[in-house]
Amino acid sequence: MEEHYQHLYEALSQVDGYIYPNEIDLHWGLMIVLYPYITGLVAGAFILASLERVFNIKALKPTYGLALLTALAFLFVATLPLVSHLQHPLRSYEIFMTPNPTSAMAIFGFVYLWYLMVVLLLEIWFDYRRDFVIWSKTSTGFKKLFYKVITLGINETDEKSAKLDDKLGYYITVLGIPSAFLLHGYVGFIFGSIKANPWWSTVLMPVIFLFSAMVSGIALVMVVYMVVCWVRKVKIDMLCLDTIAKYLFYILIIDFTLESLDQIHRLYEAEESFDIIKVLVGGKLNITLIYIQVILGTLIPLSVIGFFQIYKPAEKIRKFVYFFIGIIVLIGVFFMRWNVVIGGQLFSKSLSGFTSFNAVYSGMEGYLMAAVWLILPLFILTFLLWLMPPWKKVTSHE
Amino acid sequence: MGTKRKLENRRKFFQTSAALIGGTLMYSLIKPFEAIAETKEKDTEDDKANLPLWGMGVDLESCIGCGKCVEACKIENDVPKEPFYFRTWVEQYTVKNDGEVKIESPNGGIGGLKQSVPDEDIFKSFMVPKLCNHCTKAPCVQACPVGATFISPDGVVLVDETYCIGCSYCIQACPYGARYMNPITKVADKCTFCYHRITKGLQPACVEVCPTDARIFGNLKDKKSDLVKFLQKNPTQVLKPHLNTHSRVFYNGLSSEVK
Repeated sequence: MEEHYQHLYEALSQVDGYIYPNEIDLHWGLMIVLYPYITGLVAGAFILASLERVFNIKALKPTYGLALLTALAFLFVATLPLVSHLQHPLRSYEIFMTPNPTSAMAIFGFVYLWYLMVVLLLEIWFDYRRDFVIWSKTSTGFKKLFYKVITLGINETDEKSAKLDDKLGYYITVLGIPSAFLLHGYVGFIFGSIKANPWWSTVLMPVIFLFSAMVSGIALVMVVYMVVCWVRKVKIDMLCLDTIAKYLFYILIIDFTLESLDQIHRLYEAEESFDIIKVLVGGKLNITLIYIQVILGTLIPLSVIGFFQIYKPAEKIRKFVYFFIGIIVLIGVFFMRWNVVIGGQLFSKSLSGFTSFNAVYSGMEGYLMAAVWLILPLFILTFLLWLMPPWKKVTSHE
Repeated sequence: MGTKRKLENRRKFFQTSAALIGGTLMYSLIKPFEAIAETKEKDTEDDKANLPLWGMGVDLESCIGCGKCVEACKIENDVPKEPFYFRTWVEQYTVKNDGEVKIESPNGGIGGLKQSVPDEDIFKSFMVPKLCNHCTKAPCVQACPVGATFISPDGVVLVDETYCIGCSYCIQACPYGARYMNPITKVADKCTFCYHRITKGLQPACVEVCPTDARIFGNLKDKKSDLVKFLQKNPTQVLKPHLNTHSRVFYNGLSSEVK
């Protein structure tokens, strides 16, 4: 407690202009930055998988299973930063028991469950069921037990059953696309619907969140695919990589257009809140918004991949550049979430001053905990790849 | 196993899963309506009509910025003493000759607000007490994911301490900065119009101690109340009217600098 007060006294000494006294404490910190970031990675990775399955972009086939497992690994972790940030985490189940129908946050719980239980798990299950049956016969120990249990007693391996799996899996993917849109659009709505905060309150927020989610998810799968290939010592499918980069480029254009539109609209309308937002963007958010989000995370990737659409350098260079681009896009989108969540709390709702964000290293809201939530899904993914490697699959959908 | 039996197995599995998921969803959908089944009184509507509708008037011409209301509120409601937690506070506005507006509220105004701008530079100066506006269309109530914050039948926005999960969404949703996260109870906290007092016929603590009667508390439905008289006599305004929150705290003499 004393430490918390100390922290607030420090923030109090850094207040610039006038803020409401209750605003010195930033209520949403790093954990709430992570929450839309991780959810976005899930939605984006899933949409990449759907591009192959539903929109029939065959070049992306090597990443289909990988994208689904990446989505699942991150989805397992998605709500943890959110729950750990609650002051009463043990009461979090009340969101499901007595949801307030007018609250954007309450409905998110159901959207999340729908997505995890109905869409992602079922799709993966239908995709893997026949393999589980086959693998359960050849493996031993924990793996054998897991495969046996996860088949849920449905052990057919004939063509007919494979066809049924394929058909049902396809329907679920089709259903999954609007669900992924809903999942992440909804996260945007949690912020976009807060009329008290002019930095958040824009009708474009859900759409911006959705497209930046796709950008981050695609970049993540691109990086994961390259790393997995290096670890397995197999050749990277360059057609696949080029295709992922191409889609990253397209979606990044849409994302950048939408975000620019939002800012141009603010600039042109110059409403009551504009004066303070101008100072916010030019000052406290200068580095994270202009340099990291826009220049590093958007303009550089756009120009480099854009250039590759006209001229393709040697494979070795492309691989290296794609890896680098993937990383900076991921950093860029992380800071986009940062700029929304933290940026929206740095200025006072009195529109007359600023508070500051002082991050801590330890504790539930600190950098270390944030690192845990970002690294944990990678461990889960590694485990999932060991348990159900997409490259060892015997069956694959049409 | 024949194909038919296998298909039946699968069908059974789906049926059971669907029943389980559906059951859970149904339960959570029905749960909020539990209360309806429990209430047997038909006349709740009539009861509500007879209830008061609480509101407050703030006479800015009378406020001297002594900060007694802030102090009384903190004592009465166990608000933490640190200068980051307030159910009410007083802002001092100073418009300088060059048009610059300086707003101050050190420690919420406790101990009295002192002018830091030299007299010759001042164009005008005034005090503005702030508190929860007890909005009719409260954005905090709309945002709360579990319904822990609600509007009482007599029009007061309250928080159920035993129910709040501490997500801070209501704090983000409040346009007036009237809410804070209580570091001791770890739930969202805010002005209750001293609900424990007003339901016993007493005045809220801030109103009780105000030496200049700058705060007028009362029943908006009672035509004879001081509050209604205050509203009849003075042109009043609410804070941030463009947000359409239909607040029930009315200010007399509100200047456009106040946000």
